[in-house]
Amino acid sequence: MTATLDGAAQSTEISLAQAVNRALRDAMTADEKVVVFGEDVGVLGGVFRVTDGLTRDFGEQRCFDTPLAEAGIMGTAIGMAMYGFRPVVEMQFDAFSYPAFEQIASHLAKMRNRTRGALPLPVVVRVPYGGGIGGVEHHSDSSEGYFVATPGLHVVTPATVSDAYTLLRAAIESDDPVIFMEPKRLYWSKDRLDTVGPAIGQAAVRRQGTDATLIAYGPTVQTALEAAEAGAAEGYDLEVVDLRSIVPFDDATVTASVRKTGRAVVIHEAAGFGGTGAEIAARVSERCFHWLEAPVRRVTGFDIPYPPPKLERHHLPSVDRILDAVASLQWEDR
Amino acid sequence: MTVLATPDKTGSGFPLGFDAILDPSPLQYLDEHGALSGALRDDAPELDPKELLATWRAMVIGRRFDVQATTMVRQGRLAVYPSSYGQEACEIGAILALRPTDWFFPTYRDCVSMVTRGIDTVETLTLLRGDWHCGYDPQRWRTAPQCTPLATQAPHAAGLALAAKLAGDDTVALAFCGDGGTSEGDFHEALNFAAVYQAPVIFFVQNNQYAISVPLAKQTRAAALAHKAVGYGMAGVRVDGNDVIAVRRAVAEAAERARRGEGPTLIEAVTYRMQAHTNADDASRYREESEVDYWKVRDPLARLETYLKAAGLLTDDVVAEANQVAEELANDMRARLGEEPEVDHRDMFAHVYAEPTPQLLEQAAALQAEIDAAQLDAAQLDAAELDAEGEAAR
Repeated sequence: MTATLDGAAQSTEISLAQAVNRALRDAMTADEKVVVFGEDVGVLGGVFRVTDGLTRDFGEQRCFDTPLAEAGIMGTAIGMAMYGFRPVVEMQFDAFSYPAFEQIASHLAKMRNRTRGALPLPVVVRVPYGGGIGGVEHHSDSSEGYFVATPGLHVVTPATVSDAYTLLRAAIESDDPVIFMEPKRLYWSKDRLDTVGPAIGQAAVRRQGTDATLIAYGPTVQTALEAAEAGAAEGYDLEVVDLRSIVPFDDATVTASVRKTGRAVVIHEAAGFGGTGAEIAARVSERCFHWLEAPVRRVTGFDIPYPPPKLERHHLPSVDRILDAVASLQWEDR
Repeated sequence: MTVLATPDKTGSGFPLGFDAILDPSPLQYLDEHGALSGALRDDAPELDPKELLATWRAMVIGRRFDVQATTMVRQGRLAVYPSSYGQEACEIGAILALRPTDWFFPTYRDCVSMVTRGIDTVETLTLLRGDWHCGYDPQRWRTAPQCTPLATQAPHAAGLALAAKLAGDDTVALAFCGDGGTSEGDFHEALNFAAVYQAPVIFFVQNNQYAISVPLAKQTRAAALAHKAVGYGMAGVRVDGNDVIAVRRAVAEAAERARRGEGPTLIEAVTYRMQAHTNADDASRYREESEVDYWKVRDPLARLETYLKAAGLLTDDVVAEANQVAEELANDMRARLGEEPEVDHRDMFAHVYAEPTPQLLEQAAALQAEIDAAQLDAAQLDAAELDAEGEAAR
């Protein structure tokens, strides 16, 4: 990957939203086949300003507003990719991606397979997702489970400024469709940017620990890290794994961590029943059974439609709820 | 009367103004008796005899393909075959009006178009035999995989056409769908996108009157599906879908308009599905035989044949040659589709991603071990049987 940042940029902190913007810019500069489109991504720069200035700097042929129609956005992106372009489309909000789901499930995910590799679809679908920003209904869903359950898609979600940049560059360079889940709660979090990052499919150990592994991704990574800090005060030495990529899944990193600690808690905002956490817990159980001191626990959102903003604090996985789960992991000596 | 921003007169017999779109009578060159249509007789452009004969020949071959495929499904050689018997004017007229460099987006019913495009018959039927989801190379044939969900390929055609336009190419995309498909959301989004971007794309609706069992009257209240073009601000044409000359010219003119940068066209071709939806369908439950009879006399192939014979263009030699080629194609289909298809279980995992995920590699290895073990068992069983036979012989 070619880093195009100057030294000054590397020494200052930027927001996660700005890191996504930087990745789009650098990808568009590196490859003229990269085009960005969706509702409001042009003049406005996106409702979260993630695409700010792209139309101004690259022209309307490279970054353009579309009619308000998610299936149309997704379907035209597929057609453009069939002709050699590398579209990066925005779904604006998680729940607004549902009208596009048939295009994603029936075509985006399957075109390579249907054509025995003759028609790869290098499309990136940016989905700002998750709650905690006080949004009204249809603005806070965690929709990753639908995509994760659809073979043919890569599903990645950054939790840091640097990962937002490097994972998006990798997603755009990928010849396969990538669902790029952006934790909108973290858009304004700031950090220094490192433009050299991992390939898709590699988890990161964010915090070393020996007593239990907290497995998180996207918006819950920060919560898990806070829980680990708080847990330290209570005598737990907690390891935190940030998945970064749900598909492909990094069994190696997760398995190594849980075999080391012997205990695991999986954390995500989406409903638990039939959710991604169930898959992760099953994989951990299959691979780590003889190392486990307790059943794998999950801390997830309730099995309810995303609640109204005044109630979301009850729904979202919290530090307390994570620590309660840790405390329930059959500690004989505590 | 306000005329919308659609091209009004092309000077070729197909007026495209608002008034013309709202007139629901389809444009026609050849009437059902194979005579030049009264309305256009004086306005008809020169009919090129070579082009007419080539079109007729393709229709003879296309129909033979369709009949043979229907036979093969009855013999259990195909899992399913949605016939386009009686729709050859649409299937063949549209495809012959395109350049080989233009892209084509077929549905499951459009095998005859694909054969006309030059795609091998077995590759065309790979999906319907159940060997794989698409049997041909879409890039080589500029033909997307046949689409099973309704009208979901229409936005792909719009997007591909937009990409061609952005790339500065003069490529045109044509997407087929049926009358049922026009009720789908993707159809509307595709037309709207294409019109907004002035994408060089043709949406070709084969209005064959039924979506499985549901008649057109329950699909729309519009007097004509071509009327929908008005709402999107694009050119709309309604043609007699059993008149191959009208279809071919309508598509050729739409393609020219698209190449001139004048954007998309919606074509409604009024035709009829002579056979049931597929072999699993019982058409007698929802339509009268008298209705089928009405359409029988409007047969697109017979109509052109009558015209060509009257014009003295269809000699015995030409007929014999076309029939021979059609029979050879049918014989070849019988032979090759009669063989047990070779399928490779490794293909299931090989084309999900550019690089299989670690999880897929594990699953592929597990399946391979399962198959190897089964083969070993079978080989040991064979060996044991041979031993037993040897014992018995001794």
